[in-house]
Amino acid sequence: MRRLFAPLTEPAVRRVVVASLTLSGAVGVFGLSFGVASVSAGASVWQTSALSLFVFTGASQFSAMSVVGAGGSLWAAFGGAVLLAARNLVYGLALSSSAADTKYSLAGSLSRRLIASHFVIDETTALALAQDSPRLRKIAFWTTGLALFSFWNIGTLIGALLGTAIDPKQFGLDIAFPAAFIVMLVPHLRTRLGKQAAALGGALCLVSISFVPIGVPILIAAAAVFVGLRK
Amino acid sequence: MQPAPEHLWLMIAALGVSAYALKMCGLIVLGSHRLPQVVDRCLGLIPAALLAALVLKDTFSIGQVLAVDARVAGFAVAVIAAWRRAPLIVVVVLAAAATALVRAM
Repeated sequence: MRRLFAPLTEPAVRRVVVASLTLSGAVGVFGLSFGVASVSAGASVWQTSALSLFVFTGASQFSAMSVVGAGGSLWAAFGGAVLLAARNLVYGLALSSSAADTKYSLAGSLSRRLIASHFVIDETTALALAQDSPRLRKIAFWTTGLALFSFWNIGTLIGALLGTAIDPKQFGLDIAFPAAFIVMLVPHLRTRLGKQAAALGGALCLVSISFVPIGVPILIAAAAVFVGLRK
Repeated sequence: MQPAPEHLWLMIAALGVSAYALKMCGLIVLGSHRLPQVVDRCLGLIPAALLAALVLKDTFSIGQVLAVDARVAGFAVAVIAAWRRAPLIVVVVLAAAATALVRAM
């Protein structure tokens, strides 16, 4: 145990760990709102917790339950959620190439890499890639991954239990879905292409909503990514 | 209409497997290969397109019908709060309060 905490005496390591824990705490609050929203959309407490434990990629979880709650088919819910999870593939690539050929790479033993895979999400990638040494990258990845996973799941469980105890609609909590989506969307609007994709995606959804089954407009909105074909 | 619990469980399982497979493919299977830049760029735009669509769906529709109701108040408040970089919990609480208030009027 003492050996595990020994690196904390180094300022650089401490900085990374503090950043990871701060971010994870904030994500725990996000988990809380997912828990409330998910049970109000019709999932049980167990199902809500299973989503956070085994899917563990926030936007996909929110998206799936938002479509289910609106009365969409499970296929449409699944399709939108998988599309949103696809960016984790890009993160995995970025993480593994940033760490190639060093003894501190995320590529440890195969079993360790299989565990690491579950933690490949926005926050772990962002914090790991922000470090300038491979060793700090590895520390950032694992502390963020483990802390965030814990906080996200604890938050989800508390939120789910709260959500079953109250009438979410009476407290205006059906707005938890769009509010969370807005918060997640803001960082993607920094670039010109991001703004274009958001505007086109939103427009495609609104014009198709009355003509296709519930949830399918979200899949149609994915066509907006082709604005990325031209620079 | 709510799906049967066992069907929802199936969807959750399929989603868990798919999400893990995508993460693992990037980290382990493809390793340090690079995707063509244009693919990279398009994949990176998925959240912008889908999240915008989800926001509008959840605010302006009930099922397949476009609708303007108390949720619009919450939406407006959430946009302003998120734009000013308020933490999520503040955004949700303010938006929920605005929606509940309009509903109670």
